[in-house]
Amino acid sequence: MASPQPRVGVVTYPGSQDDRDALWALGALDAEAVPVWHEERELPDLDAVVLPGGFSYGDYLRCGAIARFSPATAAVAEFAEAGGLVLGICNGFQILCEAGLLPGVLLRNDTLRFVCRDVPLIVERADLPFTSRCTVGERLVIPVKHGDGRWFAPAELVQELEANRQVVLRYGEACNGSVADVAGICNERGNVMGLMPHPEHAVDPLLGSADGALILASLVEAARERALALL
Amino acid sequence: MKATVLVRPKHGILDPQGEAVETALEHLGFTVTEARVGKVVDLEVDAANADDARAKVKQMCEQLLANPLIESYEVEIHG
Repeated sequence: MASPQPRVGVVTYPGSQDDRDALWALGALDAEAVPVWHEERELPDLDAVVLPGGFSYGDYLRCGAIARFSPATAAVAEFAEAGGLVLGICNGFQILCEAGLLPGVLLRNDTLRFVCRDVPLIVERADLPFTSRCTVGERLVIPVKHGDGRWFAPAELVQELEANRQVVLRYGEACNGSVADVAGICNERGNVMGLMPHPEHAVDPLLGSADGALILASLVEAARERALALL
Repeated sequence: MKATVLVRPKHGILDPQGEAVETALEHLGFTVTEARVGKVVDLEVDAANADDARAKVKQMCEQLLANPLIESYEVEIHG
């Protein structure tokens, strides 16, 4: 029996930029990539959702602070609450933090410079729906491109997150001044993850690295298992 | 009713923007030991009186205008 093609939604906000790349990458990894407009109050039938990178609402007030109020974000929050898989990339990560779906907040890079380059990442968790194709300690090379990527949380919260093993990816070199070198983090349940690097820009060796495909293919695989479980 | 909200990076939060401003002021010949950059939000609020306005603006700060992890806020009501 042919395995079903999982349906993975990508939300487009006003100012999203990487929604098309995310749709393309998910399609290339054998998912049915479904565009979701930010005004949609109900998500279509989906097995996972991606919040893409970009500058939703012009980064007004704080990155992700306004996108939090989009109807689609409320629908994504309900989806996550029900256990649905949600991956936020870059601005998507900022939105998930502002919406309270992920801990912490993303601040201006410590260098004040927009950083746009390939960075090494160390995998801390390989038992999540987002990292099952990775191994713990593995070094991935995935590009970042952000001005506000310095993840921050108060010391006691960081301690709690470390104890819960919620740090999924760390930078392998100085990047933006993130506390504990956090590049990607998940919620306590492990069904919501955010990361500043862009896996959708690293799905083919032609682009300099295909390591991003490990993250997205893990997500597609987990989404497929969920689609199968519903059959 | 007019209100002003001052949003500041909390004490202890690294503020690279403030550091850059401090350095620029030093280039101008000023002696500055610290600069922190925040935001000002001016509001025209529908409220019965100053206390009501203050309570409403405080809610706005907690729900949107400031992120309590990193920012503190101050509310001024102008009547």
